[in-house]
Amino acid sequence: MSVGTSPRRGGGRERVTGAQHYVADVPIADTLHVKLVTFDHARARIRSIDGSAALALPGVRAVFSAADLPSPVPRFGPQLRDRPVIADGEVKYHGDPVAAVAAETKDLAEAGAALVRVDAEPLPAVTSIGACLAPDAPLVQDPSLRPDDPLAGTNVLREHRYAWGDLAAAETEAECVVEGTYAFPMVTQFAIEPHAFAAAPDGDGIVVWSAIQHPNWLQRVIASVLDLPLSKVRILAPDPGGAFGGKQHAKYEPLLAFMALRLQRPVRLVLSLEESFQAVRRGASEIRFRTGFRRDGTIVFRDIEASYLIGAYADIADRTVAKGSYTSAGPYRVPACRIVARSVLSNTVPSTAFRGFGNPQQIWAGESNLDEAARQLGIDPLEIRLRNLAPAGHPFIPGDTPADGDWAESLRRAAARIGWDEPVPDGRGRGIAVGLKSGPTTGLSYSTVRLLADGSVVVYAGTSDMGQGARTIFAQIAAGELGAPVEWVTVVMGDTAVVPYDQQTSASRSSVLMGNAVLNACREIQRRLAGMAARLEDVAEADVVVDRGEVRLPDERVLSIRDVLVRGLGRLGGEIIGVGEFRKEAEPDHPLGGTAAFYEFNATAVEVSVDRETGDLTVHRHVTVSDVGRALNPSQVRGQDEGAAVMGLGHTLMEHYLLDDDGRIRNLGAIDYRIPTSMDLPKAMESEIVENGDGPGPYGAKGMSEGALLCVAPAVAAAVRNAVGVDIRELPLTPERVWRALNGLPIEASTP
Amino acid sequence: MTQLELTATVNGRQRTFAVEPHHTLLESLRDDLGLTGTKECCLVGECGACTVIVDGRSVDACLMLAAEADGTTIETVEGLAGPAAELSALQAAFLDTGAAQCGFCIPGQLMSAHALLAETPHPSRAEIEEGLAGNLCRCAGYEQIIEAVQRAAEAPAGAPARAHLPEPSVDVAAVPDAKLAPQ
Repeated sequence: MSVGTSPRRGGGRERVTGAQHYVADVPIADTLHVKLVTFDHARARIRSIDGSAALALPGVRAVFSAADLPSPVPRFGPQLRDRPVIADGEVKYHGDPVAAVAAETKDLAEAGAALVRVDAEPLPAVTSIGACLAPDAPLVQDPSLRPDDPLAGTNVLREHRYAWGDLAAAETEAECVVEGTYAFPMVTQFAIEPHAFAAAPDGDGIVVWSAIQHPNWLQRVIASVLDLPLSKVRILAPDPGGAFGGKQHAKYEPLLAFMALRLQRPVRLVLSLEESFQAVRRGASEIRFRTGFRRDGTIVFRDIEASYLIGAYADIADRTVAKGSYTSAGPYRVPACRIVARSVLSNTVPSTAFRGFGNPQQIWAGESNLDEAARQLGIDPLEIRLRNLAPAGHPFIPGDTPADGDWAESLRRAAARIGWDEPVPDGRGRGIAVGLKSGPTTGLSYSTVRLLADGSVVVYAGTSDMGQGARTIFAQIAAGELGAPVEWVTVVMGDTAVVPYDQQTSASRSSVLMGNAVLNACREIQRRLAGMAARLEDVAEADVVVDRGEVRLPDERVLSIRDVLVRGLGRLGGEIIGVGEFRKEAEPDHPLGGTAAFYEFNATAVEVSVDRETGDLTVHRHVTVSDVGRALNPSQVRGQDEGAAVMGLGHTLMEHYLLDDDGRIRNLGAIDYRIPTSMDLPKAMESEIVENGDGPGPYGAKGMSEGALLCVAPAVAAAVRNAVGVDIRELPLTPERVWRALNGLPIEASTP
Repeated sequence: MTQLELTATVNGRQRTFAVEPHHTLLESLRDDLGLTGTKECCLVGECGACTVIVDGRSVDACLMLAAEADGTTIETVEGLAGPAAELSALQAAFLDTGAAQCGFCIPGQLMSAHALLAETPHPSRAEIEEGLAGNLCRCAGYEQIIEAVQRAAEAPAGAPARAHLPEPSVDVAAVPDAKLAPQ
């Protein structure tokens, strides 16, 4: 059985030999190189764009701007069609491209871009939640994009309200109320592969290359802006070199598509890292969190009001707000709850999905709030969580999927591993926290599996393998079900002309949803094999069992799948094709459009020390325990779990955009924006999993790629509080902030 | 601008090629020689994705002018495997510990690790952390990367490069040959 083992990664050999072709590496003959032109302000009215000096350079083929597009300029976006293909009359954030130069070489494209003269009038920009919500704030978005929306005249894109129980009664019941406001900064995905795109005319259609997580969604966007049938839009999506949510939705692909058709040449745009910072980020937030308790630590209500600073266009940001806030009361029994969450448009880089999808912000607030409460109530932080955690099967969010795991087991394991009941070593502090995230609420995945004449297998799956290892998982499933060595399975992804539809690669869904589709395709092949065996052996088909690579006959003989296949296919050979489908249906009356397919649950415990002279933190131990249902590939599970944990340390300790007074990002690029390196690791990283086989995926698996990031920040902040007694409610916990807190000085916000 | 002609030994082969005087070694490797295994990310020497080995020392190819490489010996990720494409002990260890996730930083990690092991054949964990400190991995697979370097360091010198190949999950040899009838 292949599942449950850790064979080498599918695509691993290419990754260690340099043979892996990312979008920037794909050979495309006769390609023009594209460079974006921006205006160095967060907001400006564009008066004119003069490309004549650039066009005078031999080899510069086009200076492309909104004037070169159909009128009105086509718009797109996963939630609202608000993003123009290129800036249309107004620069809305620092880095918003106003023109694009296509040239025969990269050097010429850059030289041309530097010669494009943009005449624009800087306008006042709003870049903080307070400024955006001020009554006289300039509007980020044209209200006509949201007709009939009463919020269209404000910078609030949407406001979400969820509630259950009797909050007023619960308020009177509470014996202790703890309140705080917690801030989470703008941070960026920082995939080591900067975003890259290409497009080329393709017969009477177009082919677009993109390091995109959702090739089928991109196909719809391109078809829509170009007014082409889906069949004439081919998306080639090589494995992304890291994505983390930042490569879910279309960015500059529509622009490249228009340029390719206009120029009748292939065009390619590879962003710089700085341009990637200006293309994607996580939403910043300020969250006021009030929790009412009985003296024994039992939660009686939670009252949550969140504002997320999203960017100038909706992208998928409002969905992160809605979904991240929906579960913001946490994995607890909360009898009464009120949640208000608003998406605030601003003149900043459009925020989008980022591992955790709106939840890390809420979990930072909610778990920090709970930790402060534990201290006020004189209850151990572990005990207050165990007292309130929802047991398996509990409908902790009324109307949604009940608690689908033994979450207390994960928490107890984390506590035991860090030695929670043992004395804390001198000079150190410990913190513990939990994180919950709702998995996908809808889903649709198809997979085609071909069992070839020699017993080898080709799996077609529209998932993007961005490092999570989906290729390996699907190969393992097919190998185990069809009796082939895992090395004999080829997984084909990333080509909409060949691979059947998949809704998307997000929300840690692919092992579960596409995994089930692959499994279903294998089951169809198994049924066909049962028919073959029945014919060959002259037995009733219903009496033949095909399972996990074997064909079992009623007389208890066991045949190999390959034996049945070779004899059954006969003289002409051929193959058996199975098509699998897996759906997670929408539920229109649910606030999120569907219940959770599963929950990701993680418990994290850390031990830190703080240098009182410098404010510098050292994480001595980092224990993460994730409830994964079943680890289909333990090595990849560990990679995802530890990777998520270290990524969480990034926004906890060091990462944030710093803006100047005009809304420009001051720390663009790798020198001034730090992410964890091998020197920033916890002194000991300890990753454990809980496997109860209680997930909806193949063999009881759940999704698990985000869990270990969710509650890193509150666990670390609690450990700092435990070590040196300071409460910090603003991330990241930079040495300066910790030092200031130690010295009773005010803490400066990341955003002016 | 006048191109410069330079000669360098690249992955064991002597190559003579023309470069733009202002181009970096990274641009030249990728665009002039087609060696796209070396990756481009930050272009300021902070991320390490473009790490290559020049005359035995690891360098950020984005910070070195191609012209400076005249007369040097350059090793890139494409040169790590053996003549019959057999993986080096280091490459095999990266696969066996699960060190490669999205893979984009891996060529740089491999070259830094290669340089480290050449200088310090049995590095401590702290030496590995320091040796790889210039190579960012946003998948943050650092623990498995460090384990891979440790494992490669333990491999006996001259050991078969594929010593770490796991047993196939099914015994391939035991599967009967397909008996397809001739057409």
